[in-house]
Amino acid sequence: MKQIRNFSIIAHIDHGKSTLADRFIQHAHLVDDRQFRDQILDNMDIERERGITIKSQTICLPYTSREGAEFELNLIDTPGHVDFSYEVSRALASCEGVLLLVDASQGVEAQTLANLYAAMEHNLAIVPVINKIDLPSADIERVKNEIDHDLGLDPDEAVLCSAKEGIGIEDVLEAIVNRIPPPSGSAEKPLSALIFDARYDSFRGTIVTCRVFDGKVAPGDVIKLMSTGAAYKVEEAGIFHLAREPRPELTAGMVGYIISGIKTVSDTRIGDTITLDASPVEAPLPGFKEVKPVVFSSIYPVASDDYQSLLEALEKYKLNDASLTYQKDSSAALGQGFRCGFLGLLHLEIVQERLEREFDQSIVMTMPSVQYRFFLTDGQVLVVDNPQYYPDPASIQKCEEPFIRASILIPDRYVGSVMKLCMERRGVNSHMSYPTPGRVEITFDMPLAEVVFDFYDRLKSITQGYGSFDYEIIDYRESDLIKLDILVNGEKVDALSVIVHRERARERAVKICDRLEEEIPRHQFKVAIQGAIGGKIIARSTVSPFRKDVTAKCYGGDITRKRKLLEKQKKGKKRMKQVGAVMIPQSAFMAALRTSDEE
Amino acid sequence: MRSKPGPSLLPGLYVHVPFCRKKCFYCDFYSVTEKGLEEAWLASIRREIDFYKDRFGGFSSLYVGGGTPTCLDDGKLAALFEILGRHLTFHADCEVTIEANPDDLDGPRCRMLKSLGCNRLSLGVQSFDDGELALLGRRHDAKGAAGAVEAAIAAGFSNIGLDLIYCLPGQTERSWRLTLERALSFKPAHLSCYQLTVEGRTPLSRMVSGGGLVLPGEKEARKFFLTTSRFLESAGFIHYEVSNFAASRERLCRHNEKYWRRVPYLGLGPSAHSFDGLTRWWNHRSLRRYLAAAVRGKRPVAGHETLSEEQTELEMLYLGLRTRRGIKLADLGARALPALSELRRARLVRVRGDRVAPSRLGYLVADSLPALLC
Repeated sequence: MKQIRNFSIIAHIDHGKSTLADRFIQHAHLVDDRQFRDQILDNMDIERERGITIKSQTICLPYTSREGAEFELNLIDTPGHVDFSYEVSRALASCEGVLLLVDASQGVEAQTLANLYAAMEHNLAIVPVINKIDLPSADIERVKNEIDHDLGLDPDEAVLCSAKEGIGIEDVLEAIVNRIPPPSGSAEKPLSALIFDARYDSFRGTIVTCRVFDGKVAPGDVIKLMSTGAAYKVEEAGIFHLAREPRPELTAGMVGYIISGIKTVSDTRIGDTITLDASPVEAPLPGFKEVKPVVFSSIYPVASDDYQSLLEALEKYKLNDASLTYQKDSSAALGQGFRCGFLGLLHLEIVQERLEREFDQSIVMTMPSVQYRFFLTDGQVLVVDNPQYYPDPASIQKCEEPFIRASILIPDRYVGSVMKLCMERRGVNSHMSYPTPGRVEITFDMPLAEVVFDFYDRLKSITQGYGSFDYEIIDYRESDLIKLDILVNGEKVDALSVIVHRERARERAVKICDRLEEEIPRHQFKVAIQGAIGGKIIARSTVSPFRKDVTAKCYGGDITRKRKLLEKQKKGKKRMKQVGAVMIPQSAFMAALRTSDEE
Repeated sequence: MRSKPGPSLLPGLYVHVPFCRKKCFYCDFYSVTEKGLEEAWLASIRREIDFYKDRFGGFSSLYVGGGTPTCLDDGKLAALFEILGRHLTFHADCEVTIEANPDDLDGPRCRMLKSLGCNRLSLGVQSFDDGELALLGRRHDAKGAAGAVEAAIAAGFSNIGLDLIYCLPGQTERSWRLTLERALSFKPAHLSCYQLTVEGRTPLSRMVSGGGLVLPGEKEARKFFLTTSRFLESAGFIHYEVSNFAASRERLCRHNEKYWRRVPYLGLGPSAHSFDGLTRWWNHRSLRRYLAAAVRGKRPVAGHETLSEEQTELEMLYLGLRTRRGIKLADLGARALPALSELRRARLVRVRGDRVAPSRLGYLVADSLPALLC
């Protein structure tokens, strides 16, 4: 039987992870050189554009070692964003080792370090790989030094390559087979397999990607998902080349897929354990947790007639993304829509983009919110993730908001500005440690609400990309929360309301008003934008009216020309939301939530 | 409101005379300077009539425009009117307008036009300031313009409209006011005051984009517009359309009103547009193409469209909102009501009885009102 190695590649953004993966695929001759598309694994448009991986991808690479042994190398590609850190952890849990990719000219970056820690937590073998050695600016000795000092790894073990030029690829593959341990586990034991990904196929239903730790599974078996107890009959099992390739069975150590009549991705849980219904394993694999949305926002169709079409799009979208939640919602300003829960702000943006691009929906999203708790004088506890349900202030005894522990890794020169940013965002209980010279790890307790907006963007810009950021939700803490309303020409736009800390209210109100002033086009009349708490106006801005737009002449009998212009205008109006007589472009709703502090 | 449709709701006839002695710097109406094609043009008008004489009848207005109709000589003008009169039918009380260039008008010419049946003159005066006239590339000067108006009055024309242009590069409010005052001194029946629009592919647009000329900005344009409206209304004129003023209710330009009220009209000649109440069509803009079609016995039509209900509504809305007559309140959908009340609060529209009409301030933004109300 072929030997197996399960591994993942971890790297700082732009250090060449996708390119290296592409070379592996080429080396394995899984695809014709002519048909080769760059970055095969990142096959969603958004992933290609942003250069990030959103869904994990797995591929099985056949490899014959220099010694002539035959291998199946399972490359498990992982998402690269904190919103998906749980998915990353499950993918890593499915591996025995990682390639830690370092750019030969950039050297070790903060993210490299954070990745290393994640791999270490899973007790994985770590193979440092220095990539881009062909660059004129490559400084291999310095990078080796950094691997030694900053990462505490043996620099002599680093493998040199240039994925772009195809140099050293085989050396990397040899390191995988020689230095990453084979999977342990026994095919004779009861089945236990870890689900680390699931995707929807319109013909086959849900296709579960898993790592078999013990036992074996074959078509015809009845499997059980341990968290839900649901049982399914296996229709097909197999491995991933570039396409799915059926196998008679999956056995301990293998990574592959199972098709078993599971309808939607939501019926599966990432991190869940698959076992056999007839002879189940005693305990599930460790580390399972239910992923819960932490950021909430409402989605409305721009044209209210498109509600049904939006509903269908969400249903379809949800087939492939279990972490999105939605339920009906309605707004006085925006009509019928859906309240949705997301893993984070990036997840929210991805959902928005995919709904627009792939499902052709024209949507408006409201200000994201976290889940607050209100303790009322009558003893009730309200959980509120939608500002519309902010309770009567007189009835509130106390409120609480979720806090996170943020850990931020940065080169020490950015300490001052990052501390300042965290304090602005109501960070408390800071701690600093120096894992390696020149690197600082800062931890802060911060309200989640302060992080969901643009914290990560700000951090990246302050640290010029060197900052890495991770967080976990720790607890709920008492907080002085009020509801900030936005009024446009005196009319409350409920979709723009936010729950904020009292001390941050004015600042937020001013920013939102300013952003709206930029986004709302000039009208025939003055448009007043106000931020208010209860009846009290705390911020305002104005869009001044335009003065004159009429054309002098309606050309003789040429009524058509002008009407065509108006028809264009009318079409443009469909992408706007009308509040009273004010047309608010869809972009304004998104812009308002990007209340960036940048100059 | 009238109880039965008066002559103003009967079809109108437009004839495009595509000839000019010289192109003005700002004009993008279709015209050529080749006199040699005048005969062929006349013959084509004659042929074009045949296509429509059974579809349109009983015109209550005739408008001969251009181009410069008065650059045709007496013989050709007489021939044109003879053709029209012989093959088409006109209402007894027909408004017959001819556009005239002041340079072409003297006493005999005026009497000749009168004898052809013209009862309304639209005089392209543009300005009573010699500098401004030179800038526009006009053939006449202020004195010539005054002389032409006087000649027309002397010939017995009582329904005279003057075309004026404002918001010119370098023009001051004072000079514009002097032009208006001079115009009023002739007690015209009608004034059309157009803000200068720089059309692409005109010498003027090249001068502006080349930086040689600077146009007044939005703020000045607004001031010019409001001054014009206030000044003429205080002189007793009715500001009945964005750019048009009438000395009394009877002096509204009946023919132009048809365009704005969606009354059918037939347009003859190159680039002329027609509307039969349901379909719009437009002739070839190029004189050669127009003539070629006529010679081959084909309708010289370049394009046509039949209006959907939605298009019809949009036209009614936008045309109505350019006029003092306005639109019917009932023609607005319920969706328009919040916007309507905002526009009323901003004093951009007025509601009188069952009609909504733009105010003086509303005229200023008449291009964007329809989108708000549909």
